[in-house]
Amino acid sequence: MKTIAIIDYGVGNLRSVSRGIIKAGGKPVITSDIEMIAGADGIILPGVGAFSEGMMHLAPLQEVLVNSFNSVPILGVCLGMQMLMELSEEHGMHKGVGLIPGVVRRFPEAKGYKIPHMGWNTIYQEQDDPLFEGIPDESFVYFVHSYYADTAPAYTLTSTSHICRFASSVRNGTAWGVQFHPEKSGETGLAILRNFLSL
Amino acid sequence: MVVTCRIIPCLDIKDGRVVKGINFLGLNDAGDPVELAERYNQQGADEVVFLDITASKENRSMLIDTIRRAADRLFLPLTVGGGIRTIDDIVMTLRAGADKISINTSAVENPLLIKEAAQVFGTQCIVVAIDVRRHTSRYDDHTPVQLSDGQMCWYEVMTHGGSRSTGIDAVKWAKLAESYGAGEILLTSMETDGTKNGFDIPITRTISESIRIPVIASGGVGTLEHFYDGFVFGKADACLAASVFHYGEMTIRDVKEYLAGREIPVRPV
Repeated sequence: MKTIAIIDYGVGNLRSVSRGIIKAGGKPVITSDIEMIAGADGIILPGVGAFSEGMMHLAPLQEVLVNSFNSVPILGVCLGMQMLMELSEEHGMHKGVGLIPGVVRRFPEAKGYKIPHMGWNTIYQEQDDPLFEGIPDESFVYFVHSYYADTAPAYTLTSTSHICRFASSVRNGTAWGVQFHPEKSGETGLAILRNFLSL
Repeated sequence: MVVTCRIIPCLDIKDGRVVKGINFLGLNDAGDPVELAERYNQQGADEVVFLDITASKENRSMLIDTIRRAADRLFLPLTVGGGIRTIDDIVMTLRAGADKISINTSAVENPLLIKEAAQVFGTQCIVVAIDVRRHTSRYDDHTPVQLSDGQMCWYEVMTHGGSRSTGIDAVKWAKLAESYGAGEILLTSMETDGTKNGFDIPITRTISESIRIPVIASGGVGTLEHFYDGFVFGKADACLAASVFHYGEMTIRDVKEYLAGREIPVRPV
């Protein structure tokens, strides 16, 4: 059974991610311990909240993430995905971990659209990837975010429409990121977590 | 697809059991919250709301246990409200497995709680619940809202489970809550709650069009068409209901099939 380190750097709901990994057949460890993270078979970087605050808490663990890159699978979820990118313009320009090229931007204002983008929306698969193996195109997943990753098509696995067409999941090497919450997306989300465990 | 219109069952919880008030009074017992939540999950609920109406300190641990059990079995978003007054309360609730917390009276008494909570946890997990009452007398400093018969009125924010007047204009309060960092507004009208005559469309629409964050309409659902009205005429982003679901008058699947038939985007069951 694969041990998945769920990085604990703050105050959000980590229980659901952890339960999701158990349900998907893995062994989750909620931790902020560098050695535990370095020794895991996979790493999940969860996260809710503001980018700069998240990066501040993540600072001591940034090195272990960079060192694990291209040796074990890393999955960033929501803010966790955004923090894997290079830069974010949330409340000024802030540097991310930088494992995936791209910039995190705020949704532009548009009449008839609400921000945050909150609720169930579909993902369009832009390229084949083992993370979405067996997941039907245009499956529904759960989103809550006001910022999105602006990245090149080469790194875009799925896209979603809200105000603009944005990258709802990304990948560079062994770093994956999903803007939605697989742990809150019912059976589709659990299938994605199962796929992550078999990467 | 666009982001779909959400259907949210609300479970009012007292001493670990689900109850539903009629105009916030006269409680009837309707079952175990976790079992009910699971049933709604299977029916296609897009989220679940737990509202703790005991909200006394002694029963806090019971609620935390209920949240834990629910979070272990549900893989969909869970909002918890009732009795949340401090940042510590929020930490405890999120740690137990809630995704969002809802604050009502405590936000009115201390609006900075919204700001502080949004900074620490992110705007996406702060829901500001607003209970409103309609007044047909008009005062110039209140936001005018037109009813379907053309009559003008304004809406007042009520606290303490709808029992206490504040004199605060509901539309202004919703805007302030947004500016302080609320991620969503859960709007319950005392005019319609428990009546089964449909949502209070005028105030739902006015608030939804005044702010950019999503609005959840609550209070008054009796028929399938009421959901349609809430989304189309009330401009709600989500519709919340309790007793029609708890007493099996309709299922969430019924609602979604009905809405899909009328070309409202919903996540299929």
